[in-house]
Amino acid sequence: MSKEILTTQDLHLYYGDKEALKGINLNFDAKGITALIGPSGCGKSTYLRTLNRMNDLIPNVTITGTIKFKDQDLYAPSADTVQIRKEIGMVFQQPNPFPFSIYDNVIYGLRIAGEKDKEKLDAVVEKSLRQAAVWDEVKDHLHESALALSGGQQQRVCIARVLAVSPEIILLDEPTSALDPVSSSQIETTLLNLRHDYTIITVTHNLQQASRIADRTAFFMNGELVEVDQTKNIFMNPAEKQTEDYISGRFG
Amino acid sequence: MMNPKTQNKVAIGTLYGVAGLVVLILLALLGYILVSGLPQLSWHFLTAPAKAFLKGGGVGVQLYNSFYLLILAMLISFPIALGAAIYLYEYAKDNWVTTTIRTAIEILSSLPSVVVGLFGFLFFVVKLRLGFSILSGAFALTFFNLPLLTRSIEDSLRTIDTTQREGGLALGLSRWETVTRVILPAAVPSILTGVILSAGRVFGEAAALIYTAGQSAPALDFTDWNPFNISSPLNPMRPAETLAVHIWKINSEGIMPDAKAISSGSSAVLVLAILLFNFAARYLGKRLYKRLTSA
Repeated sequence: MSKEILTTQDLHLYYGDKEALKGINLNFDAKGITALIGPSGCGKSTYLRTLNRMNDLIPNVTITGTIKFKDQDLYAPSADTVQIRKEIGMVFQQPNPFPFSIYDNVIYGLRIAGEKDKEKLDAVVEKSLRQAAVWDEVKDHLHESALALSGGQQQRVCIARVLAVSPEIILLDEPTSALDPVSSSQIETTLLNLRHDYTIITVTHNLQQASRIADRTAFFMNGELVEVDQTKNIFMNPAEKQTEDYISGRFG
Repeated sequence: MMNPKTQNKVAIGTLYGVAGLVVLILLALLGYILVSGLPQLSWHFLTAPAKAFLKGGGVGVQLYNSFYLLILAMLISFPIALGAAIYLYEYAKDNWVTTTIRTAIEILSSLPSVVVGLFGFLFFVVKLRLGFSILSGAFALTFFNLPLLTRSIEDSLRTIDTTQREGGLALGLSRWETVTRVILPAAVPSILTGVILSAGRVFGEAAALIYTAGQSAPALDFTDWNPFNISSPLNPMRPAETLAVHIWKINSEGIMPDAKAISSGSSAVLVLAILLFNFAARYLGKRLYKRLTSA
């Protein structure tokens, strides 16, 4: 139990009157990759976005239940969303680098936090870009616009940007669905390299991707968590009939 | 019944015709103004003060007044418009308060400028005792400019994708940091374009200024930069006829022998300045965007 870094208990989420999450109980151990899978509209992205309070941006959302990050209640009135999002970073489906240079993109969080030491910033840029496995491709044009990069490179710069703030948890919302297969596999490699140092939670539509990279897989359907287990078990020997039907492509 | 192909041809022909007509009218207007005005232009005309009865007067003071008034009006209206636009687009929830504000902005932007001028006269000139002055004029222009500028800045913010906002917030930036450090820099080129275009409109405005900044242009001493001296170009409390007002004035009651020539010359200067604003807006906007994105 002591290894658990993030816990959700009886989490309900409503868009107006519509119940989108119907009581999710799901815990995450520190380090490793967990994949959230399920058909479209099953609530997996919605669930992911409750974990760093990105759903706060949508009007009319009501959330009940508890989410705890290291015993800190994320939805307590005193919770500081800015601090939370520094520790629980997020990468989106559509690569969204800022329209600045690659260098500026990576250090943006730090610079705004007040870090001015040039050497330290340089070191962070290199380390983050290396971790995101994009350093070799961009090291010679760090001061050119990030928008000039390919989609896959942009996405890895976005990952580097999150790493630079040194979060403990990284949430990824279908990080490869807007990318071509080559770029996707580079992102997968990146994530596999990061799994020893970070707790990674990724939503994916791509079952092969889940089976390739995830240590654990959680299957969502109709706003409920159907099953969560070691990835191998989910794919080879699921406990629930629904999971088996989905995995074997009988629906979804 | 025509067959679809002919129908299509007729429709396209009509549209081309209408578009061509608009362009033609514009070119004819521009051409007339420039052809009759350009020959009047000289260094003397652009710098000399106007003369009331004799020929050979220039528009130097008026030209200077136009720019000074424009800058003052922009200094007042830009921060307010920026704040209003950021509030409306980035912070405000959609409720009756914001609906009311938006409606108010719409109404304000459709007010005839002469009404704005008369309001400015009653309120700034008379009530607040600012007199016919640059300051009264700048406030009136602010009223005239604020709704347009607010809307244009709001549109600029709208062009920045939501994913940028999410990206900023997800990095642990506060809402304010996201707006000021991510959204605004990204929106700068398009905001700048909007500002310059509205500057062009303000520059050419006459009706709102006749009753606020006044119709006289006292001689200025361009060596005296103490804003408290009445002949100083910087004094905001002096009456200041602008170029657009000058044109109106000459045509309605000018008694100098070369009134027609001065009016043509002033019109040409005005049109050239506004054209310049427009081209500058396009050029700077594009360049800045390129520099910021190097795309």
